[in-house]
Amino acid sequence: MTSYLAAGSSVRSWLCTLDHKRIAVLYLFTVTFFFLIGATAAVLMRWELLTPAGNLVTSDTYNRLFTLHGVIMVWFFLIPVVPTVLGNFILPLAIGARDVAFPRLNLASWYIFVSGGLLALYAIVFGGVDTGWTFYTPYSSTYSNSHVMVMAAGIFVAGFASIATGINFIVTVHKLRAPGLTWFRLPLFVWSIYATSIIMVLATPVLAITLVLMMLERGFGVGIFDPHLGGDPLLFQHLFWFYSHPAVYIMILPGMGVVSELVTCFARKRIFGYKVMAVSILSIAGLGFLVWGHHMFVSSQSVYAGLVFSLLSFMVSVPSAIKVFNWIATLHRGSITFATPLLYALGFIALFTIGGLTGVCLATLAVDVHLHDTYFVVAHFHYIMVGGMVMAYLGGMHYWWPKISGRLYPERLARAAAVIIFLGFNLTFFPQFILGYLGMPRRFHTYPQEFHTLNVISTCGAAVLGVGYLLPLVYLTWSFFRGPRAGPNPWNATGLEWQTDSPAPEHNFRETPVVTGPPYDYPPL
Amino acid sequence: MMRLFPQFATLTERLPEASSFAPRVDGIFTGLLIASAVVIVILTALTLTFLIRYRREAKVNRSAVRIATWKLETAWTAGTTLVFLVFFFWGASVYLDIKRVPAAGDADEINVVGRQWMWDIRHPDGRREFNTMHVLVNRPVRLLLSAEDVIHSFFVPAFRLKQDLVPGKTVDAWFKPTRTGVYTLFCAQYCGTEHSAMLGRIIVQSPADYAAWLAGDWKAAAAAARNTDHDLRSSGRRLFQQFGCSVCHDPDAFVHAPSLVGIYGQRVRLSDGTFVRADDQYLHDSILHASRQVVAGYVPMMPSYDGVIPEPDVLELISYLKSITPAPPAAPPAASP
Repeated sequence: MTSYLAAGSSVRSWLCTLDHKRIAVLYLFTVTFFFLIGATAAVLMRWELLTPAGNLVTSDTYNRLFTLHGVIMVWFFLIPVVPTVLGNFILPLAIGARDVAFPRLNLASWYIFVSGGLLALYAIVFGGVDTGWTFYTPYSSTYSNSHVMVMAAGIFVAGFASIATGINFIVTVHKLRAPGLTWFRLPLFVWSIYATSIIMVLATPVLAITLVLMMLERGFGVGIFDPHLGGDPLLFQHLFWFYSHPAVYIMILPGMGVVSELVTCFARKRIFGYKVMAVSILSIAGLGFLVWGHHMFVSSQSVYAGLVFSLLSFMVSVPSAIKVFNWIATLHRGSITFATPLLYALGFIALFTIGGLTGVCLATLAVDVHLHDTYFVVAHFHYIMVGGMVMAYLGGMHYWWPKISGRLYPERLARAAAVIIFLGFNLTFFPQFILGYLGMPRRFHTYPQEFHTLNVISTCGAAVLGVGYLLPLVYLTWSFFRGPRAGPNPWNATGLEWQTDSPAPEHNFRETPVVTGPPYDYPPL
Repeated sequence: MMRLFPQFATLTERLPEASSFAPRVDGIFTGLLIASAVVIVILTALTLTFLIRYRREAKVNRSAVRIATWKLETAWTAGTTLVFLVFFFWGASVYLDIKRVPAAGDADEINVVGRQWMWDIRHPDGRREFNTMHVLVNRPVRLLLSAEDVIHSFFVPAFRLKQDLVPGKTVDAWFKPTRTGVYTLFCAQYCGTEHSAMLGRIIVQSPADYAAWLAGDWKAAAAAARNTDHDLRSSGRRLFQQFGCSVCHDPDAFVHAPSLVGIYGQRVRLSDGTFVRADDQYLHDSILHASRQVVAGYVPMMPSYDGVIPEPDVLELISYLKSITPAPPAAPPAASP
């Protein structure tokens, strides 16, 4: 059968494709492009922070850099990356389907996403935005002198791509599962994409509404958030975090799904506590809607709201902790190969654990009063978002690379890159926990002398991390053209995607597979 | 060792516990750190053991363990929940105390107005300070926080205290300083261009020092200066400190404001592209109506001192400004004992 890559090579065959695999590749290029833009901003920021004084860029430029970094990384990289690249490519294959439920909607989502991205790029190129990715009012709606409207419009548009993708995946999982593939036979990656899709469909409209209200106030003086116009600034924060906290789970749940695949494959064992894992994914998705107020402990929201949100934040950490225990238990009595994807998975578990434990510190009310809006928070969410999600994404990318490209990557170089990324990451972000406890606030262009040493360490780490991220970009590109052929199932993994050719054929399977057993059914050792 | 490498000083050395609740917050944080360390050590040990023992090459028993999965799952779910509940209640109890602001009679009340990008601090008796707050040690302070433009956040790390200032409402907060000293006040909520320069100092004084400062409030000090100082210049220098000018205009200040060393008689470039000679009239107008003539490259953030600084004091300030000229190269610092 023709591979999806050989099915046509014209530009038109790519830009008008309805094949979920080709759309995944379109997304791969798009989000990688946005990642490089966001990373460039991060490099400039770390460079500026090498010295306490602001001597590389002006304050206005620095404020635009961290806004650009946040907006691009959150909405144009972290949120779409695993669902639209790995999800689009693997989900139909993993459930034995020929495509997603609505292939045209799938292609339309990419165009919507790109339109949103172009608006964001326009805002960046023609002067930037200085509100921070959180767009807090009344700064964003009244005081900021920057391209807030265009940027918000870009995010608003990109949100519809999220919603459409979410709907597509939900219907695909409900309607297109292969015969015999019951709900509790689904791979955990599918569960995680399913749960993520539900959040995308339910939460993103709230973000859209919030941004429209902010734009109405900024553009037409309609008083909603600015007290001078009769509004309430805290209302914005409630609405914004009602979306943006679940969005954190949009960013981490798919990573948890990927890691479950990697750990089982390279330990050659069924996942420990499959049902608990599936249920904990769903309960994280559900509880994630009820904890937004923990971003507002010092905002002057009521003390009682603070107590309730703190308690619920502790509760949402329980299923996350259980997942870590289950992954480690899966290693017990396995047969472990230290392949690159497993290294990334282990890196994920370590960094996610540190990110989770520091999240517990931030859920603790009195401690959050001190740590809120300091570098401790910056370090915490980078441990989850970058240490967690990006590690999982890279692990998944290596794991499914043979299915995507039909090729193998250079194993030693890939292992070295995984280790460099892990070390560089810790060197960059661990010092920021200490900086935060010492009191360095986030979004600071200049800082007092006492914070200098730790900032220098952090910047050195960022350099190492940068090299680590460039390596896979180089050797995966090389592997795409020159790497050795992989064959259908180079890892001897279970999962329907491994039962078909590599790269995957145009219509996925010769005949629809029939599922007769549980997932991760590795033979007894 | 500590003196050679100050960056390796312990956390409490670098971040004093200077308020009544600071040690309690640190107590919870230490508890969280210990619990986290225990969890990390156990998980790392288990993971490394499994990774090494069950690597593919090893010849070990890999037959499935016959235990009920649900028992393990229940055990670690219940254990995690219990530990979390302990920290929830611990954190909440201290939080309630942080939020329980003392009644008006039991504390000194200070109004704080946050404005892009400065702290405007007013005491009930009319004393006004910019970016500096004098308080008495061991005496609770009740803050009434409000913001004029955007959201700011009153953050004093040494007190473990943070509270947002929200435009349109007055929020209260409190602290009881327990150690004399000077502590940095940050704005923790991003508020625009000069957010990172919106700094202040909380000066916690012993009763004697505080009384001296009280006695020396600006009117009295100005009068006293006229009587005791030999010339306008020295009293002007004192006023330069008292009105908070030095917080921004000292060459080593955090805030990005033009240095005034050697300013008198210079040609100054303004943000509208024109030039002006820094004569008496210019200095006078710049003190009272700073935003009318903004120096090129600077953000108009200095407040108007019109009606705040009496005319005689303005003249003394100008005399002082005329007198400051670039200092000769500093002598090498004396070796520390």
